[in-house]
Amino acid sequence: MNLDQLAVDKIRAAFPEAIEEVIDHRGERTLVIQSPQIVKVCELLKDDSELRYDFLMDVVADDMLPDSPRFAVNYHLYSIPNSHQLRLRVQVEDPEKGPATVAPVWSIATWLEAEVWDLMGIRFKDNKGLRRLFMPEDWQGHPLRKDYPLGYEEVQFSFSLDEIGKKKPFAEE
Amino acid sequence: MTIAAGSDTIQELTVEELRAKVGTGMEISDPEENMLLSMGPQHPSTHGVLRLLLELDGETIVNMAPDIGFLHTGIEKTVESKKYLQGLVLTDRMDYLSPMSNNLGYILAIEKLFGVEATPRAQVIRVILSELARVASHLVWLGTHAIDLAAMSVFLYCFREREYILDLFEMVSGQRMMGSYFRPGGLWRDIPEDFEPAVRQFLDFFPTRIADYEALLKRNPIWLKRTKGVGVISGEDAVDWGMTGPSLRGSGVGLDMRKTQPYSGYEQYDFDVPVGTDGDVYSRYRCRIEEFTQSLRIIEQALDKLPGGPVNIDDRKIVPPPRAELGQSMEAVIHHFKLWTEGLKPPVGFVSQVVESPRGLFICYLRSDGTAMPARAHFRTPSYVNLASLPQMSKGLFVADAVAIIGSIDIVLGEIDR
Repeated sequence: MNLDQLAVDKIRAAFPEAIEEVIDHRGERTLVIQSPQIVKVCELLKDDSELRYDFLMDVVADDMLPDSPRFAVNYHLYSIPNSHQLRLRVQVEDPEKGPATVAPVWSIATWLEAEVWDLMGIRFKDNKGLRRLFMPEDWQGHPLRKDYPLGYEEVQFSFSLDEIGKKKPFAEE
Repeated sequence: MTIAAGSDTIQELTVEELRAKVGTGMEISDPEENMLLSMGPQHPSTHGVLRLLLELDGETIVNMAPDIGFLHTGIEKTVESKKYLQGLVLTDRMDYLSPMSNNLGYILAIEKLFGVEATPRAQVIRVILSELARVASHLVWLGTHAIDLAAMSVFLYCFREREYILDLFEMVSGQRMMGSYFRPGGLWRDIPEDFEPAVRQFLDFFPTRIADYEALLKRNPIWLKRTKGVGVISGEDAVDWGMTGPSLRGSGVGLDMRKTQPYSGYEQYDFDVPVGTDGDVYSRYRCRIEEFTQSLRIIEQALDKLPGGPVNIDDRKIVPPPRAELGQSMEAVIHHFKLWTEGLKPPVGFVSQVVESPRGLFICYLRSDGTAMPARAHFRTPSYVNLASLPQMSKGLFVADAVAIIGSIDIVLGEIDR
């Protein structure tokens, strides 16, 4: 039995509206899932006795600027008993209202989603562990977004006296 | 004590508040009685710049939270702002103990985007070098892990053999460590003639060296006391917490992507996946030692079947034409010029490629929008995810045991923070 198709059939049977699109590219199957249904779908995929996607490998966020919806979150699932890989994809319009955390299904999700929040700024609902992992505590913005500047180093040396004067700390008169 | 929070506000904090606040968000169960200890970021046994916030009752760990990010260099963002080939050199620098494995994941993802496969000869050479990288990485692990647990001399023996492997890398790529030898569509160039005899020599003497390491540690009573029954995690928990590689296999789950999702022709080799039973530091140590032997088996088979033929595919949109052709063919000149000025342009789409690095699952996720730079490059690095289960394993143990556990999950901070 083709596990790709089995997963689609099972999800469609349980949640008829959940799958928005099925993408096949280079032999990888991606199911685009409706954002509010993601936790239920993940529970189904993990608990079903034939599918058993018991391993969450990765959570990756994508910034599709200037498309709309702008963000997408990919969940890479793996079934150790069946040796099978599947990708779920959730479209996110407003990063502050991201999908609910899948931590109740796989504990590691707290940690992986924290990385997504830190670098891409997608807030996962009910995830208590969202914090600045890589960036400093007081960092502004989320660097992996496409509208975040690369931040080349400011030029330190100049021959213009006005430019130099701007950077010098003069004593207040 | 003052700390700047945000761009223009200054908060007054006591040292205790600061300790609890900065970095981790760990919940402290008994702030009155227990002591907070910040271990690292500059600490020899954290294998880099890892900070651990420990809540201690006496010497017993009540709670622990890892604090990372001290080595964050924005590799993903940088790769997204560079051409595909330029991004390759950055993947070396994530897991600097086995750069070849990272290269392989990244290169296979690019090849998947194009929908091409390397030539048989290139695939076999890639397997040989990846396995040599695994041996070299495990040697550093064994040396540093032993030095953490006060067995000083093992380190010297391990680095002697590692240096031999690095010489092999230098032979093929010109660099000891950051080789960037694998290229989209094949290899930088073919292996030199001296390579095969040198690897055969390594295969000859390395089994006796494994016996040396075993003699130093396997029945050493101090080593056994420090490792047996320490840092136990069940197979179920390890899967739930996303552990991979030898750290997971030590808990009895035989997940190895070389077997289950073969890439680069790994399905053609006959090898076993060592699996532990107890899920403690000792089991993980045994798994890695057994992997030495299995890697040698793979290398030997690969050398025996090493096919002839070209190492690069014949697709001028991916691989530049050979130098000899440039003098005769205008088309070759154009291809060469376009490839080095514009770069590779994979078709639109997103793929992810899983490889089994020495530390566990390395996943490279690439999304192409048809331009010469990846629209999204993400690396799922095994050390980053393995680190998440460190608090589960360390609770209720002594601080000294935490050192043993950090060593046993074999983290590289370069790929955690990337």
